[in-house]
Amino acid sequence: MAAVRGLHARRQRRLNGFRYVVFTVFGLFFLLPLLAMLRFSLEGSTGGSWSLSAWGQIASYAGPPPLLSGVEITMELAVITCVVMLVLLVPTVIWVRLRVRWMTRLIEALCLLPLTIPAIVLVVGLAPIYRVIRQQFSLSALQLFWVYVILALPYAYRALAAGLEGVDVKTLSEAARSLGANWFTVIWRVIVPNMRQGVLNAMLLTGALVLGEFTIAYLLLYTNLQVTLFAVSRGTPNAGVLFSTASAALLFAFVLLLILSYVGRRSGRQSERSKVSK
Amino acid sequence: MTGVEVSLRGLHRRYGHVMALDGLDLTLAPGELVALLGPSGCGKTTTLRLLAGLEDADGGQVTVDGADITHVPSNKRDMGMVFQAYSLFPHMTVRDNVAFGLKLRRQGRTERERRAMEMLELVGLTAQAGRYAHQLSGGQQQRVALARALAISPKVLLLDEPLSALDAKVRAQLRDEIRRIQLEVGTTTLFVTHDQEEALAIADRVGVMRDGRIEQLGTPTDIYSRPATSFVAEFVGLTNRLTGTVTSGSVNVRGCVLPLADPATPDGQATVLVRPEAVTVSQSGPITGTVIAVTFLGASSRITVDLGDAITVLAQLPTSDATALPAGSAVALTIRPDPVLIA
Repeated sequence: MAAVRGLHARRQRRLNGFRYVVFTVFGLFFLLPLLAMLRFSLEGSTGGSWSLSAWGQIASYAGPPPLLSGVEITMELAVITCVVMLVLLVPTVIWVRLRVRWMTRLIEALCLLPLTIPAIVLVVGLAPIYRVIRQQFSLSALQLFWVYVILALPYAYRALAAGLEGVDVKTLSEAARSLGANWFTVIWRVIVPNMRQGVLNAMLLTGALVLGEFTIAYLLLYTNLQVTLFAVSRGTPNAGVLFSTASAALLFAFVLLLILSYVGRRSGRQSERSKVSK
Repeated sequence: MTGVEVSLRGLHRRYGHVMALDGLDLTLAPGELVALLGPSGCGKTTTLRLLAGLEDADGGQVTVDGADITHVPSNKRDMGMVFQAYSLFPHMTVRDNVAFGLKLRRQGRTERERRAMEMLELVGLTAQAGRYAHQLSGGQQQRVALARALAISPKVLLLDEPLSALDAKVRAQLRDEIRRIQLEVGTTTLFVTHDQEEALAIADRVGVMRDGRIEQLGTPTDIYSRPATSFVAEFVGLTNRLTGTVTSGSVNVRGCVLPLADPATPDGQATVLVRPEAVTVSQSGPITGTVIAVTFLGASSRITVDLGDAITVLAQLPTSDATALPAGSAVALTIRPDPVLIA
């Protein structure tokens, strides 16, 4: 008996050891480049010295384009893209689940398409459309939301579909319908609250994509935060600025997503608590 | 709320090549509870879903209180429904679930709360008002679903196998409770089940369905004691199939002469359907055999008797009589001369 227990303990120790090794290797794989980036952004003018001048240049950057307007436009873009994505995709995912389940694979494939098309090809295809948008509607960089919604499709669709996995959509919607709910009420007040995690994940992924997007904005000649940061690093001989702007962009996105995630989860918990104490 | 008359006329529904409903006709009297009973795929749930408006009929008409609602969407039909699957909204408390339909009808908060609590009292769950679905047992969830369906004072109550996911004891309790509540509120109710005991126990009338049609519609006593067809006889309750000879309106089964339910049956060999309760043990019955099994059912017991040539017959006796007949006993049987059906 003791021998068997010893064998189990040895196996458990080995398994734990393996887990730590895997975790450390992957952690280093992700962290090392980030740490290196941070390290270079703090490099002084002479070798081995430290300085905050690269970060200071971001703070003192006056444009054009102004840094704050880049932040503002990117955040607005993130919000608009999230809203449009949710308005388009939530009813679609629910409708596919309820009425046209046989189309699941087709819709999935369609939503995955943007992943398979390189950004430059997208830009070539979208450039004439954006020319019309510029001429006929608006010059604002907010018009980028059209293409960002397409780019976010693969991630958002998967997140929403996964969020819907554990929900008995058919029974819940039929129950709500029989009680007098129209389809809008069914979706908004019955299904969506039960796929809150999926909606939150879709928003996080869409937000992350918009906050980090550079190529399409730059090639279509719009200015968002990433393009502004690129302009900051390009307009100075200090190579450290390149790294400080990249780190700043990363930090900005990270902090925003952290806040969004925290607020989303907290409001979910609060609404449950308030109902329990009613 | 007093009940309304519900009428289904010539309902047709086809799924691909499968005819789910083939010209179904059914009328529910005001305040009546009708149970639709039948094997899987006979069309009973389809009937209920067409009445609820959750599916569209290919043909036919649905009227409630004389008004044609065939093309009225489900959310405007004013029907309460309890589903087979647990259907409480997981993000709402029990109270909010029950008040949901009232909120949609724009009733004030105070009135909603009052009505929700009244309905929860009706199903005996006021103490659970603040709980969520995952904090309730299956039976409690179905009770809340019933309260939610009744809270909107529906014209018709639809019950789609609401007890099938519950264990036997809870099922029996809730079955009686549904009947009590239905009688109390007087709502016209359509109850769909594949459990014959449930249908016979709860309903004013039972409709036995087969291949998209109602084979027989009648009181539980009629359905059980005077089945119109061999399908009904075999589907409702256990039935012995014994060979007999038909001669001018009666049939001779191993020496027992029995009247025929259909005296026009042509003479000759036939398979006769006999209920186990109609088979009795007697000192000098014409049928002899050996007991091969005794099944204890509580107050009564069922014995299986081997008649030889691989033919067995079931007889249902009071347990006190059955205990005197252990497996291996030789017995003589006779058949009560009730009208019998030919398969």
